[in-house]
Amino acid sequence: MSIRNRLLMILGLVALSVFHLVPRDITVRERDLQTGVMSDRTEKKVPLKLGLDLQGGMHLALELDQAKQVSADPKRDLDLALTVLRKRIDEFGVSEPVVQKVGDERIVVELPGIDDPARAKAIVQRSAFLEFRITDETNALEKAIPGMDRVLRGLGVRGESPTSRPSAVEQLLGGDTASKRDTAAKKDSTAAKAPAAKPSAAKDSAPAAPADTAPVAGGVLAGLIQPSGGGGGSAPGEYMVPETAFPRVDSLLSIPTVARQLPRGLTLRWGSTPTSVGVESYRFLYALEDRPIITGSNLEDAQAQIDPLTNGPIVTFTLDRAGGRKFGEETGRHVGDFMAIVLDGRVQGRPPVIQSRIGRNGQITLSGRTLQEAQDLALTLKAGALPIPLRIVEERQVGPSLGEDAIRSGVVSGVIGTIFVVLVMVLYYRMAGALAVGALALYLLFTLGGLAMLDATLTLPGLAGLVLSIGIAVDANVLIFERIREELAAGKTVRLAMDEGFKHAMSAIIDSNVTTVLTALFLFQFGTGPVKGFAVTLILGTAASMVTAIFVTRTLFLIWLDRKPTMATLSI
Amino acid sequence: MRLFANANYDFLGQRRWAYGISLAFSAIGLAVLLLVGVNYSVEFTGGTLIQVETQKPADVGALRNALQARGIENAEIQTFGTDREIVVRARVAREGTDANDTQATGDAVGQALDATLGAGTYRVLRTEAVGPKVGGELREQAVFAILMSFIAVLAYLAYRFEWRFGVAAIVATAHDVIAAIAFIGLARLEVSLFVVAGLLTIVGYSLNDTIVIFDRIRENLHRHKREGLETILNRSINETLPRTFFTGTTALGSLMALSVLGGDVVRPFALLMLFGVIVGTFSSIYIASPVLLWIETRWPGPDAHGHLGPKATAAPTGGSRKPQPVG
Repeated sequence: MSIRNRLLMILGLVALSVFHLVPRDITVRERDLQTGVMSDRTEKKVPLKLGLDLQGGMHLALELDQAKQVSADPKRDLDLALTVLRKRIDEFGVSEPVVQKVGDERIVVELPGIDDPARAKAIVQRSAFLEFRITDETNALEKAIPGMDRVLRGLGVRGESPTSRPSAVEQLLGGDTASKRDTAAKKDSTAAKAPAAKPSAAKDSAPAAPADTAPVAGGVLAGLIQPSGGGGGSAPGEYMVPETAFPRVDSLLSIPTVARQLPRGLTLRWGSTPTSVGVESYRFLYALEDRPIITGSNLEDAQAQIDPLTNGPIVTFTLDRAGGRKFGEETGRHVGDFMAIVLDGRVQGRPPVIQSRIGRNGQITLSGRTLQEAQDLALTLKAGALPIPLRIVEERQVGPSLGEDAIRSGVVSGVIGTIFVVLVMVLYYRMAGALAVGALALYLLFTLGGLAMLDATLTLPGLAGLVLSIGIAVDANVLIFERIREELAAGKTVRLAMDEGFKHAMSAIIDSNVTTVLTALFLFQFGTGPVKGFAVTLILGTAASMVTAIFVTRTLFLIWLDRKPTMATLSI
Repeated sequence: MRLFANANYDFLGQRRWAYGISLAFSAIGLAVLLLVGVNYSVEFTGGTLIQVETQKPADVGALRNALQARGIENAEIQTFGTDREIVVRARVAREGTDANDTQATGDAVGQALDATLGAGTYRVLRTEAVGPKVGGELREQAVFAILMSFIAVLAYLAYRFEWRFGVAAIVATAHDVIAAIAFIGLARLEVSLFVVAGLLTIVGYSLNDTIVIFDRIRENLHRHKREGLETILNRSINETLPRTFFTGTTALGSLMALSVLGGDVVRPFALLMLFGVIVGTFSSIYIASPVLLWIETRWPGPDAHGHLGPKATAAPTGGSRKPQPVG
């Protein structure tokens, strides 16, 4: 091949690499935190995909949580969950998310650059199962309580919890009554994260006292569950339990023999948040009809809004045609009754009275929530409910600052390593070394260009692999140069020594690179994200180093000899 | 400048010394691993790692107590770089336990941090939470990957060279893997996926080094038909010594930069690779070639034929082809 053709080929490769590395417009989809409107924004970026460990972000691996709910058809449910998650993540507004099935039982979700991992996790994991149920008007629970207490007495329940393990919520609260009062002010059990001891603990523990030393005569539950008492706006079938006793009552009511005391066709559901009545904090308990009048599967659209009257966030929804017809019929039959809105098993707000037949549109009032939570709820409702709850089996999350640090230290060590290699090469091999350094620059360009071309991801291990490969990439050149030196020492002419050097070094170069690629292939096969990135860099780097060492350096040598055809000694 | 020009060291003569050093090192390292146990990362054991940045230096003792109060025993708490960055590693106690172990552990660690540091006063820089099932799978896959790469490389070597060379190269590489595992034990490196990747990279590098020498041996066997095998081996090692030294130097240079400047996540990998480059170079000289000599002496192959007999090792008697001056 003539020098001209060789140069053209190298130029072509350079152009190809540069073309793939030129910064280009990338559309970033974002959701405005205030208005919830999705908007597209373009920014210029080098089209090199960075792994989550470099740009920050979250990686989740999820499986069906069959401990919570058994799936009849796991394969179908996983596919369904995948579709639901895709919709949710699309609405969430993350640029370049990954939602995919891995193997037969796992879904991997990757969200680059997110800054609120707890929120992202909640969106992914929320079942978002919405149902509307009519509250019980027959005082069934009140009537059932004596029977329940009888069963409990039979089980020997006095003051102690019958289950050997306290419920999860009780563990969270650590039995500290003072902290429970704090929770009351906030929402849900998540608020229990920040328990701050208060001096008023003694006073607060008063409502909890019956729970600990329940009088045998009155029964455990009778002392704890009371009707909410017909006050303004309270629905039939609504009961109150002191917030401090909520975990205990919950675990008592879930004992099968106790639950069976409730008449058929009824079911119990807790309110989603505690409510303050005077200084005490209570949790509502609802007896509801077993059959929901409608579920979220009939939902067509959901939007978060601010209610102009209360200034609180609401979620308005629209049902599809069939759902609207059914909802209209049911609400028409139940005018004057109360309807509980149940989301993932918890009653949202207090059940409103049905004033007239409701059509396709309705709203859910979220007291004490932020607009963002309302938006997240609307998002999950719209995307649909998960068929089976999901559980996180693997979670990796890297903050953006750590990723930036990692890139910086990777680049710094790469630059230092390169300077070292360049110095050693030029000092030891002189002119030939300088040519090899030129080839090394092309090596870096080709490797990065190759990464961009294959749409491969550059991870932290990949970056380390790149730095390491700079040190190893010169190996092929070293093999060739040493061989040329040997040939020169054997008395061959410059031209001949060079040809022989390249020829004889070839088999060693090929054999050693093939074995490197072989091991890298197995790494790629077994590794997870970051290690896969390492394997890809290693494979691309090996390929690029062969091209540059064999082809580019040789071309540079040819040009060098061409300019000084009479050269008797080689600067090597 | 030429280093090791016309080098003529008797490498094979010193092989017993090399065996001794190698055995002693591996034995000590493996003994440490057996006694103290492998320091697996949470990826392999299952568990939770949380790295946080605090506003003021954290009270490690209080944090440990808070973790224990929430049922997390034996959590490792380390400062990471500065004393305002801490890493908590809480491993899942039992393997194969079901339910939401991963999430429960993560939540408990979060609460312990809130309780000791104060909620909102720290920033989570990194979280890794892996269920015990996933961890077990990864461990299996890692062992499988290393074994499979051995088999694949052996097959390739058998195809390119002959099986005697392949076996010798694999023995040397296995030696390197064992020595590297011993190093992991002695340096108390945490075995993460990244470190396993390092092990496989060592396999690649060490083979690379061995192959360069074997390639030269194959060539010299044809070129110097009258020399004894041991002479050929020594000659080949000496001839390739400049390259071995030089490539080792540049690789070590890059790795030094990585281990000093690459950051805390990269450091275990870089340290392991530093050791791997050294031991890979050592083994291709002191393990691979002696093993090849041993195999060829016992089961001579076509290449080595004629280099082993007493006639061949005797002084050449006026052959027309004189050994070329090489090196």
